[in-house]
Amino acid sequence: MFRTLVEVLRHGLKNRSFVIGGTISLLFFLVAFLSYFWTPYPVEDINIADKLLKPSSRYLLGTDHFGRDILSMLIKGARNSVIVAFVAIGIGIGCGVPLGLTAAAQKGWMDELIMRFNDFTFAFPSLISAIMITAILGPGSVNSIIAIGIFNVPVFARVARGAALSIWKREFILAARSAGKGPFRISVEHILPNISSMLIVQATIQFALGILAEASLSYLGLGTQPPMPSWGKMLNEAQTFLHFAPQLAIYPGLAIALTVMGLNLFGDGLRDVLDPKLRRSR
Amino acid sequence: MTLLKVQDLCVTLNTSHGPQQVISHINFSMNAGEKLGIVGESGCGKSITALAMMSLLPPDSKTSGKIILEGRDILTLNSKEICSIRGNRIGMIFQEPMTALNPVQQIGAQISESIYLHMKLNQKQTIERVKELMDKVGLPVSRFGLNLYPHQLSGGQRQRVMIAMAIACNPDILIADEPTTALDVTVQEQILDLIRDLADSSGMALIMISHDLGVIAQTTQNVMVMYTGSIVEMGSTVDVFQNMKHPYTYGLFSAIPHAGSSAHLCRKRLSSIPGQVPELHLRPRGCNFADRCSRASKMCKAKDPVATRVSDHHQVWCYHPLKEEDKQ
Repeated sequence: MFRTLVEVLRHGLKNRSFVIGGTISLLFFLVAFLSYFWTPYPVEDINIADKLLKPSSRYLLGTDHFGRDILSMLIKGARNSVIVAFVAIGIGIGCGVPLGLTAAAQKGWMDELIMRFNDFTFAFPSLISAIMITAILGPGSVNSIIAIGIFNVPVFARVARGAALSIWKREFILAARSAGKGPFRISVEHILPNISSMLIVQATIQFALGILAEASLSYLGLGTQPPMPSWGKMLNEAQTFLHFAPQLAIYPGLAIALTVMGLNLFGDGLRDVLDPKLRRSR
Repeated sequence: MTLLKVQDLCVTLNTSHGPQQVISHINFSMNAGEKLGIVGESGCGKSITALAMMSLLPPDSKTSGKIILEGRDILTLNSKEICSIRGNRIGMIFQEPMTALNPVQQIGAQISESIYLHMKLNQKQTIERVKELMDKVGLPVSRFGLNLYPHQLSGGQRQRVMIAMAIACNPDILIADEPTTALDVTVQEQILDLIRDLADSSGMALIMISHDLGVIAQTTQNVMVMYTGSIVEMGSTVDVFQNMKHPYTYGLFSAIPHAGSSAHLCRKRLSSIPGQVPELHLRPRGCNFADRCSRASKMCKAKDPVATRVSDHHQVWCYHPLKEEDKQ
């Protein structure tokens, strides 16, 4: 396990998008982690006297209309984004991968059933459905996690099934069957380790999408609720003051853009690193 | 004692030309500890016969007939009962050791798979058994750790791992599907010796599938020559090789090049069987070999050949079996 990690890093450091994306992503996670111990100011503190201040040495990025420190809100917002995206990915992998593996192993009507259900979920634009789900369940970060998670399920189911089908055709699966293994054991012990690299890459991409989705939902007021800060909600609140305090919109916007770009670059780089065929052709 | 009896086995596969019968009416039986060879060129149904015995054919294929292993017909068992036979009673070695091992799993884990599934040993006993097996197949644990990955081994070593996997539960029958085709000649010799010794020492029956007559001669007591999904000649290896009766078998033997023979020294062309194997959907009526056979008569093209007894242990499916003077 440790050796594999070292190996991935060794090849990864030669890959530019892996390094840049990885650095940005790592920074993002560190900032999110930091919020548990320290923010420049507590984000719940309202200080109307200091409202809408320009960046200064006291407030590095200025303050919003309640006089809250923007930097602190960004730091705590990062934590919020990580948690929502992380759990949503967890739901997507936890449900999607077993469904995809089952579809590939059983074929026939089971495959049809699972994949048609996937198509059904895919047919709705994910954000619209997420809005629908949060509208039914009520706004809140837990419900937005569920909504985003549900739309990760078919993505992972599809990736897992496609990759698993190609592995099922390999000869070592025939060898495993000739040893007396049933489809369940083969899926878990032979298929899953062989498709894990593809799932990891998909997870980094879905992670970026999850952060975007969370920001969108919060922007619409359906996601994270006050006083917990969220990047999407900061954008929404900045709207009102766009004329005389544009920095309020620029900072969270930049944070979202940078993080998503970083994660996507990282995912791209990781795919090149994990796929030896791609690596060799460079 | 009869261990395995195959009766009237027919296999139909779905192809782009619709369902095609690729194995027709195969009958044979094997005793415990017997070594049987199946020989024939590519596509003659050798591997399909082996997969049918493991019930590993694709789900859209149709199999009829009976494959009776110790009184139970394998073809009628449910998937759970089949799984308890695969790897446990019948082990199989595949042709390509490069692709038949899981690239991301350590060899120790792969060998222990069927032990864990069938032998109900605890972890310590399982590891002991794996070590014992690795010693048996010539990969001493002192030099080859249990935690090596397949890409760290050579082709011959990987084939040894495959053999260890196949014999892990002391199966009654070991099916070796062209186990040496992907290996070079020096390694081939070692692997064949290993398979034969293992079969001898544990009393396993061996089904050796090959297109290499030399391999068959080295390892088997009885042989079955197949052409386009049917048996054309069957008997004890000595009888068939020394006194072949079917024109196809004779053709196969003539096609073996001999270094230093007069043909070689006079730079003659290698001898071959004229024509090509008919495609599945274009197989003629009657004897499938008739179009390529110089002895074919009207009857050959009209009626399926029937078995003719040559001796107690030798049968041939031909209306015009070769006589001694036909062979130059």
